[in-house]
Amino acid sequence: MSDDATAARAAAADAAADANADETGDVDARTGGPALEVEDLRKSFAGLVAVDGATFSVEQGSLTGLIGPNGAGKSTTFNCITGVHDVDGGTVRFFGEDVTGLRTNRVAERGLVRTFQIARELEEMTVLENLMLAPGDQRGETLAQAVLPGFRDAVRDRERALREEVWETLELFEIDHLADEQAGNLSGGQRKLLELSRALLTDPDMLLLDEPFAGVNPTLEEKLLDRIHALQRERGLTFLLVEHDMDLIMNHCEHVIVMHQGQVLAEGPPEAVRDDEQVIDAYLGEEI
Amino acid sequence: MSGTETLAGRVAPLREHPRLALVAGVVGIDVGLKLAGVWSPLPGGPLGVERLVTLLWNGLVIGLGVGLAGIGLSMTYSILRFANFAHGDYVTTGAFAGWACAWVVAAAGSGQLAGNVGGSLALGRAPDAPSAADLSVSVFGSPLAVVVGLVVAAVGTVVLTLAVDRTVFKPMRDAGGIPLLIASIGVALVIRYLIVFVYGGSSRGLTAEQTRLIVGGVDGRIALVTSRRTLREAQDGAVPVDAFYVELPVVDLGSYSAEVVAVSSAEFGLVVLALGLMYALHVTLQRTKLGTAMRATADNKDLARVTGIPTERVVRATWVIGGGLAGASGYLIALERGTLGFQLGWLLLLLIFAAVILGGIGSIYGAMVGGVLIGFTQSLAVVWIPSSFATAAAFAAMILVLVFRPEGIYGGVSTA
Amino acid sequence: MSDGPGALDGVRRRWDAAATRVFGNDPLLVAAVMLGIYVLFTAMTLVGPSGGDLGAIVSNLQAVTFWTALYAMMALALNLHWGYTGLFNIGVAGFMAVGVYAFAALTVPPSASPPGLGLPLVVGIAGGMLAAAFVGVLTALPALRLRADYLAIVTVALSEIIRRSLLSPELEEFTLFSNLGFVPDVTLGSGAGRGINMPTNPSIPVKSVLYTDPGNPAAGGRTVVGKAVLGAAESAGVRETVVSQFAYTLVLVAVVVLFYWLLVRVGNSPFGRVLKAIREDELVANSLGKDTRVFKIKVFALGCALMGLGGILWEAQRGFTDASVTTFRPLQTFYIFVALIIGGAGSNTGSVLGGALFAGLLFQGPLFVRRIVAHLLNLGDPPSTFVGAAAGLFSLELGGFLAYTVNNISELRFVFLGLVLIYLMQRRPTGLLGHRKEAAASVDLMERPGGESDE
Repeated sequence: MSDDATAARAAAADAAADANADETGDVDARTGGPALEVEDLRKSFAGLVAVDGATFSVEQGSLTGLIGPNGAGKSTTFNCITGVHDVDGGTVRFFGEDVTGLRTNRVAERGLVRTFQIARELEEMTVLENLMLAPGDQRGETLAQAVLPGFRDAVRDRERALREEVWETLELFEIDHLADEQAGNLSGGQRKLLELSRALLTDPDMLLLDEPFAGVNPTLEEKLLDRIHALQRERGLTFLLVEHDMDLIMNHCEHVIVMHQGQVLAEGPPEAVRDDEQVIDAYLGEEI
Repeated sequence: MSGTETLAGRVAPLREHPRLALVAGVVGIDVGLKLAGVWSPLPGGPLGVERLVTLLWNGLVIGLGVGLAGIGLSMTYSILRFANFAHGDYVTTGAFAGWACAWVVAAAGSGQLAGNVGGSLALGRAPDAPSAADLSVSVFGSPLAVVVGLVVAAVGTVVLTLAVDRTVFKPMRDAGGIPLLIASIGVALVIRYLIVFVYGGSSRGLTAEQTRLIVGGVDGRIALVTSRRTLREAQDGAVPVDAFYVELPVVDLGSYSAEVVAVSSAEFGLVVLALGLMYALHVTLQRTKLGTAMRATADNKDLARVTGIPTERVVRATWVIGGGLAGASGYLIALERGTLGFQLGWLLLLLIFAAVILGGIGSIYGAMVGGVLIGFTQSLAVVWIPSSFATAAAFAAMILVLVFRPEGIYGGVSTA
Repeated sequence: MSDGPGALDGVRRRWDAAATRVFGNDPLLVAAVMLGIYVLFTAMTLVGPSGGDLGAIVSNLQAVTFWTALYAMMALALNLHWGYTGLFNIGVAGFMAVGVYAFAALTVPPSASPPGLGLPLVVGIAGGMLAAAFVGVLTALPALRLRADYLAIVTVALSEIIRRSLLSPELEEFTLFSNLGFVPDVTLGSGAGRGINMPTNPSIPVKSVLYTDPGNPAAGGRTVVGKAVLGAAESAGVRETVVSQFAYTLVLVAVVVLFYWLLVRVGNSPFGRVLKAIREDELVANSLGKDTRVFKIKVFALGCALMGLGGILWEAQRGFTDASVTTFRPLQTFYIFVALIIGGAGSNTGSVLGGALFAGLLFQGPLFVRRIVAHLLNLGDPPSTFVGAAAGLFSLELGGFLAYTVNNISELRFVFLGLVLIYLMQRRPTGLLGHRKEAAASVDLMERPGGESDE
């Protein structure tokens, strides 16, 4: 996926023509439809049904919350959307393009990037290196460019440019003092920040965030939420957020999806979902 | 996972694998074509029934030895979650421990023990030591010695595996598969070269001349004899008087006259004892609580710990059973070969891995079936390819299974 | 005159700065370790049977450098797979064999038995590396999606398939294209058990510096350089063969430096960063849009090519090989792993140090101990068997047992090797230098853009 295509996709948020139209045949995909459509998604493990026909969609530029009791199938849904698991049935469309069954890296290349519930930092690499990894299509990522002297200057120029971007991100997330620390030495909250910043550096169109604020201090959490809203406004980024903090969901999400036992139980604006009888039943006895 | 499942039931999954069935079908049809002596699309010339029977018998002999050794590897692989590269040297240990003891018993039995304890323990590597022939070590020549040796082979290897587990693997329980694998390579080197230190680097003859049972056709009747000469004489029409000669009554094959297969007493011993041990294990695992606990542990170690099955005890039991069978298999394989060197188990290790992977890591029955399949692969390969590639073919089969069906024939199932 | 020292200081400071920037203090570290090993080996030669013979000392130092270079080279190649990318390849010996036999097939003269194509040395080396890389890719395509332990089993099995096939009589001599009229027949062969002669081999160019007939030094005369160097060496009591081996060892050391440079280049690049990410957590790399399969196949091919080259420099230089030698056995792979693990997987300097420590202390050192003990203590003829040795223990005569032990030290060093492996895995799985931070970028990442911003 070239930079051109990525740029074109950003433009798509303003209902521009679809850069991928030739590829997918979905001519009207970027004309204001949903960013992500999940239809009848099914996944089970050794007879244990984890996702049981989940159907929902996420509007472009929205911050959508995905909630549900533990074991509702939220993380499995993320894994199915991003190709970590093969799905048993159903389809996943991203800006109208069918991405069901694509390998994880292909999904990420298309601009759909996720973070993990339990942060997966690259332990023996420094925070800086973790972040430097993220940007796509780097010059010097092929063996020839890495080794041959002729490419050296170009690779270094690109790395310097990336370094600048990475430092800005570090400062934004207030982890610049950890830049040279090995990621394995970070605290839980710091790891979450590292993951979120790393995901942002891939220049995504949509982020799937699995409990991104677990262990992050409230002040910084507010700041990051402001940043997320800014990205929504300025770059038209779409967010799907798994979160257990109900206040956060109610205050910040425009749209909420409730999962229970692998199915979508309710969907709608936060207030409507909060008052839904079924949702209240599902959460009874559960720690929210 | 009820205790009522039978061995026959365990073999059933074979039918559920179309790719394996396809391979088996092609092999079967081609064997048929070659037996019939007609043209076949695959390489290799016509095949006689006698050669096929001999190859199958050899494959069974190799396969049961490998399968017996594989049980322990499969168990430890699934319960401790690492590929134990020292397993081959456990096999070697069993062979040396068992045969050293068998020699001593044989020496005592033949009244030659005085002054020969060291020489017997050293399996002939000592000044003025007796030879296997001197002590007439063989299945029928000294049955007591062979049986005692088998027990010592198992017990000795169990002691070794428990000691190694205690000192090397137990402190590393949570270290992950690769560090454990590397450590097991270290263990393998230590054991193998300590054996060289004690027993030397060259291999030695182990057993006295074997008794053979030859199955042959005599004018359409199937006859059992103990020497080729008897068979020839019988085929010429002169039924031997004082030699061993038994005709199987019922069968009538027209005018069929040929030697079909020769079975040595050692091969016979290996097959009988290996099958006996496998059956004993089957009964043990089905009838005891320990078997259930081991299956649970293999399925999910954390769950087993939570539900109160003492995992360390299960681990110990795994080493006892796996180590014991490894030692016994080494002993029996050495019996069958009649020679013993320090590389015995190491050279078998990849075949053992092949058997375990083919059967499905964690499955005891898979290891048994996988062993026999690997044995057949290695012995029958010569029907199609030169014999120098036979072992390579068995390894290649293993690689193909790992790549295309890493869960093996009994994949997804668990221990037992 | 007055500013002389100042200028010198300036040069030195710049040199130091450059050295620190490029290598850190690693060259010093390697030099110190090598010096230590040299001192040890010199001391061991001095107290051994050869005493203060300069020729013996030079010969021994040559030998330990030779083995150090070989193991360092192979450890570096393996570091690319295991240290950088986490690919647990234990089929190194097989890839070395592919390199050597492809080299032989290309360079052995068509008239020899078994015959080859008679192509020049350089073609042979390039072909050997390409062949090893090709086999590597063939392995990688299906195998790289396997779990690490399965990959280990696949690679070790593959190396045994290769070795056994090379020993097969069917491949001793065979003809290709015999059914194709438009392609000339090509007869090649592995020589199977009787081995294969390689008159064209990497030691020839080195010998040609010293001899006019490098293929058979005894037959021809010496070159100008040869006359000078060999003459000087002989007057110092250093044997002729030691000199040519020493010259070859210098080539090996140069190749080690080349490997090191290449690995640093690979490691300190976006490409290397992805490799390290794959080692740490492949799913994360995938989730960031990296097609990790492509990276793994490429790095596997590159590592195998280096292993092929290592094999050629190791085994082909002898001018003869057969597939039953230790070099092509799984044991050899384990040696290389031990070297890498001692030094610390992931660290290039560690790989070199590991090679030195393995070759010096574990591989060559114990053999000296045997000679020294036999020389210093008059233990008499060692008993030929363990029983004979153990019998002495009962009568409290330890001499026989000691003599037997010392006499069997070359077997016991494998026991020691195993113990070292176990110890390292239990106590120090990262080896000497594996815990260090290794750069993963072509520029200094800590250099903050736009000056230091203080927040």
